[in-house]
Amino acid sequence: MNAVAWSRNPYLPHAAQVVERVEEGRDIFTLRLRLSDAGARAAYRFQPGQFNMLYLYGVGEVAISIVSDPDDPGLIDHTIRAVGRVTQGLQRLKAGDALGLRGPFGRGWPVEAARGRSLLLITGGLGCAPTTSMIHYALQRRESYGALTLCHGVKHPGDLIYGERIQSWCAAPDTQVLLTADKGTPEWRGRVGQVTQTLEDIAPEMFKGVAMMCGPEPMMRAVAENLLRRGMAPADIYLSLERNMQCAVGHCGHCMFGGKFICKDGPVFSYTEVSALLAVKGL
Amino acid sequence: MLGTAKGEPVMSVAGLLKRDQLDVLIQTLRARGYRVVGPRAKSGAIVYDEVSRADELPVGLVSVQEPGRYRLEDSGNGRLFDYVHGPESLKRFLFAPQETLWTVEQNGEVRFKETLPEIRPLAVIGARACDLAGVSVQDRTFLKGRYNDFSDPYYATRRENLFIVAVHCTRSAATCFCASMNTGPRAREGYDIALTELEDAFLVGAGSAAGEAVLADLPLQPAHEGEITQAAQAIDAAARSQTRRLDTENIQALLFNNLEHPRWDDVAERCLSCGNCTLVCPTCFCHRETDVASLDGKESGHQRQWDSCFTLEHGYLHGAQIRPQIRHRYRQWLTHKLAAWIEQFGVSGCVGCGRCITWCPTGIDLIEEVNAIRLPAALRRRHGAQPEAKT
Ligand SMILES: Cc1cc2nc3c(=O)[nH]c(=O)nc-3n(C[C@H](O)[C@H](O)[C@H](O)COP(=O)(O)OP(=O)(O)OC[C@H]3O[C@@H](n4cnc5c(N)ncnc54)[C@H](O)[C@@H]3O)c2cc1C
Ligand code: SF4
Ligand code: SF4
Ligand code: FES
Repeated sequence: MNAVAWSRNPYLPHAAQVVERVEEGRDIFTLRLRLSDAGARAAYRFQPGQFNMLYLYGVGEVAISIVSDPDDPGLIDHTIRAVGRVTQGLQRLKAGDALGLRGPFGRGWPVEAARGRSLLLITGGLGCAPTTSMIHYALQRRESYGALTLCHGVKHPGDLIYGERIQSWCAAPDTQVLLTADKGTPEWRGRVGQVTQTLEDIAPEMFKGVAMMCGPEPMMRAVAENLLRRGMAPADIYLSLERNMQCAVGHCGHCMFGGKFICKDGPVFSYTEVSALLAVKGL
Repeated sequence: MLGTAKGEPVMSVAGLLKRDQLDVLIQTLRARGYRVVGPRAKSGAIVYDEVSRADELPVGLVSVQEPGRYRLEDSGNGRLFDYVHGPESLKRFLFAPQETLWTVEQNGEVRFKETLPEIRPLAVIGARACDLAGVSVQDRTFLKGRYNDFSDPYYATRRENLFIVAVHCTRSAATCFCASMNTGPRAREGYDIALTELEDAFLVGAGSAAGEAVLADLPLQPAHEGEITQAAQAIDAAARSQTRRLDTENIQALLFNNLEHPRWDDVAERCLSCGNCTLVCPTCFCHRETDVASLDGKESGHQRQWDSCFTLEHGYLHGAQIRPQIRHRYRQWLTHKLAAWIEQFGVSGCVGCGRCITWCPTGIDLIEEVNAIRLPAALRRRHGAQPEAKT
């Protein structure tokens, strides 16, 4: 599924440079990157939902989704939440700083299979970078997809990021955004409750399209079961999974989920492929 | 080529090498530029180490292996290869326990440099059928082919430079079950030269052009029908002597339909989560990657190092632990090894070497664990086990 043929060592990062850095929220930032080598830049292609391994000098590599548009593969955007050693180091990078990048890896969203159909995106938790790429992709090609609904749930209203971006999505044709927080505050204008509850308020036609999810596994499972009850086919429900990743090329064994390597068979799976495994704790 | 009754090719036979001429093989390999590694007795076990002369090889030793136990004893004969095997397979010669994948320099920009292994032909003497099977399983993980669109350059470099002198087993350890996994005790393929040890000579055959070239330099004598039959019978006898066998029928469904089986709790009470089983297993490929900075801070080396699914770090995600309990980790190991592997690579991840049984400090036997899950619930109740969990 990789767009780049492996003519070189798959472990060896390319040199890349930070072109721009955008503050998105507390400890969340977007890095716009550019591969330093012109040849590597020309060969680089990706699909929404794929990810890169970003290398911070002297510290290590982490898996980060690509959120920018595949039609402009010369500039690669990553929205990152600083949580630990590598991501906190990435947080300190400024425009002009150097880092390593290898990728793209994995199987992304089913952009072809979903063409012409409505898109129901359901996300939970912070960031949810993987679905962001799909939203951008569909809104850039608005006529290729049907109605788009985003249901986004956060724990606390303060966790919401991409405020301006979400406003612009709301303004896009045939696009609806439903925000919900587990607990409200006086200023919160979204709903209060679980993300599954927002499904009550969605036009029934949306359940005839394709659903794409990312977030905590129990939440995705609850949403998927809810969608099935509303008549969606398991093969039309997609989700992006996450596991510890060391290599991204199917060698380190850390990303295994049953017989799947999330780094190469995923990170995007259809519910048909993983529903039985998702029902089991500790896999 | 000689055929069995079933018509299966047994072995190619080039001739007979007297035991006291084995040194010629070692010297021939050395003269051809190979670093030669063979079995050595060290700290009470057979391990692979550099050999320069045949008289460095262990003589007259046999390994007594049981769940959780390994002991070298006097075999009472002068044979070199009756020891069967030790904790090491060929794994570390191809997939290094620790190696630097690349280095990176920083001064405003970052400059990456791959650090491929030094090309140094290596010949390993004494590899067993299970070890060759282990290599062919790992080839599916690391080499370009049906399961990969690229080769791991580190593994591939070593693979291309490995010369294997296999030994068909004429003795099995009590923990061996290669016959039931269809991988041994006869080495079928993947070797350059194969030896069968007889009373005071080896029946010798080549499995590759490189092997044939080396054999051409050896003082071989013609092998007679009687010796060939004797060798074949000795290998068959080793197979028949195996008391353990793993029933692999329908094993993917068996294990994946029983992910909540009470046996996982039972084994978790015995398993120390030490990871020995994964270290000795010829097919386990898990590794972690870490950066080691140079003291002056100008360069960093990116290393990979064997890891085990029994460590907590293996399932670490920021803010979450995927497999917090030993039952989760043992289940990950066993289901991967025996079932998920088939989905991933079209073969079992187990070649039946029995090492994980021998080297488990608490003597956990994966065959028993599978059998406990396979046993019908009614039988299990009669044996006094807990009732079956809902699945
Ligand atoms: C396919 C995929 C896409 C991802 N996309 C994004 C994204 O777009 N934005 C974003 O902020 N985060 C993303 N993540 C999560 C991100 O990889 C982790 O937050 C990051 O690895 C944490 O590293 P750390 O060193 O800062 O944290 P530490 O807590 O110090 O973690 C130590 C090491 O554990 C591993 N690790 C820890 N958490 C994770 C995790 N969640 N996933 C994988 N490996 C982990 C990494 O090897 C990491 O270096 C993605 C993860 C995956 C698997
Ligand atoms: S699982 Fe055990 S018996 Fe099977 S190949 Fe690995 S170490 Fe040998
Ligand atoms: S099964 Fe045995 S060898 Fe493997 S981790 Fe558990 S105690 Fe260690
Ligand atoms: S990340 Fe290493 S196998 Fe998938």
